[in-house]
Amino acid sequence: MIRSEVLREIAPILRDQLVVCNIGLPSQELHMIDDQPTNFYMLGTMGLASSIGLGVALAQDKTVISIDGDGSVLTNFGTLPTIANNVADNFILLIIDNGSYGSTGDQPTYAGKKTSLAAVAQACGCENVVECQAADTGQVLQAAIDSRKMTVIVCKCESGNIKLPVITKDPVVIRDRFMQAVAS
Amino acid sequence: MNISKKIVDDFVANDVSFITTVPCKQLGGVIEECEARPEIYHIPSNKEDEGMGLCAGAFMGGKRPAIIMQNTAIGVTVNTLVTLTQFYRMPLPMLISYRGELKEPVACQVEMAVHTKALLNQLNIPTYHFHKEEDVEEFDAILKYTFMCNKPVAILTDATFWGGY
Repeated sequence: MIRSEVLREIAPILRDQLVVCNIGLPSQELHMIDDQPTNFYMLGTMGLASSIGLGVALAQDKTVISIDGDGSVLTNFGTLPTIANNVADNFILLIIDNGSYGSTGDQPTYAGKKTSLAAVAQACGCENVVECQAADTGQVLQAAIDSRKMTVIVCKCESGNIKLPVITKDPVVIRDRFMQAVAS
Repeated sequence: MNISKKIVDDFVANDVSFITTVPCKQLGGVIEECEARPEIYHIPSNKEDEGMGLCAGAFMGGKRPAIIMQNTAIGVTVNTLVTLTQFYRMPLPMLISYRGELKEPVACQVEMAVHTKALLNQLNIPTYHFHKEEDVEEFDAILKYTFMCNKPVAILTDATFWGGY
C-alpha cells in the first residue's frame, strides 16, 4: 500500500477527529479523499505538523491526530522529546513512513535505511509507540483513539504517489473553519 | 521594579496562557516566572521554529500563545514566520533577547544583531525595542495590539534594558 491508499482506508476514522495534516501530497490527498472542516492542511512549513498538533491537543480536550511523514519528522527531530515530556493523552502522532520524500520526487530518507523512527520515539521517552504495517493502520489508529493515551504510530508503507491538484483554499479560510470546528 | 514579574503579569492579564521558551541568560528571570505561574502552561522548545508550531496549534486550540527566544532565532524561523504565522494570520508575541547590543561580551552575537532589525523590517513584522527600564510600560499595549491584528510582533529587549547581565 502507498500513502494515499492508507489515507483512503483511514478516512472514515479521521472524519470525526481533529486532524493536522502534513505539507504537500499528504494534505492534497486527504483534501481530495475527504475534505472536512476538522482538517487543518499545512500549505508550507515542512516538519511542524507534530508541533502544531501537540499545541492544539494541549490547548483543548478533543482528540487530535497529526499526520506526519518520515522525512518531516527527520526535519524536526526535536519534536519527539517535546511530545514525550508534555504528555497530552488526546494526541496521536501518526507517522506515515514510506522511507522517502514523496512530495519532492521520492528521494530516499534515512528512515527507509538504518534509522528506526519507532526506536527514536521510544528513546525520546514516548511511552506508547506502535509500529505497524500499512494494512493494519486503521485498526491501530482506532485502538489509539479508544485508549485515550498519547500514542505515536509509525505506519510502514510503500513509496509512491498519485497525481492530484494542489489545494487552492485560502489559508485563513482553512484556519478559520478548523478553529470553528475545534470550538464547536 | 522586577521587570520579569511585570512582563509575566502583563502576559497573564492579557490571557496569554501558553508560552514556549528557548533558553537565554538575559531572559532567565522571565522563563523562571513563566514556569512558576499556575495560569501559564510553559513548554520549553528545542528549536524556535518548533516553538512557533506549538504556538500556532495552541492558538487554534483556543489559547493565546507567546514565544520567548533570542534574536538568533530570527535567522532560524524566517520560513515558519512567513508560511505559518503570517500566511494563516495568527497572532504571536515574540519576546526577544536582543543579544549583540551595547554591553555584549560575545563578539559573535553582534553578527546577528546587525541583521536583526533589517530582517524583521523585511518581514513586515511590527518591532519594538526596549532599551530603558521604563520601556516595559508599553508591553501591555503591545500584547493587546498583537492579538488585535493577528500578526507576529517582535519585542527586542537589550542588555541595557535588563541592567546588564
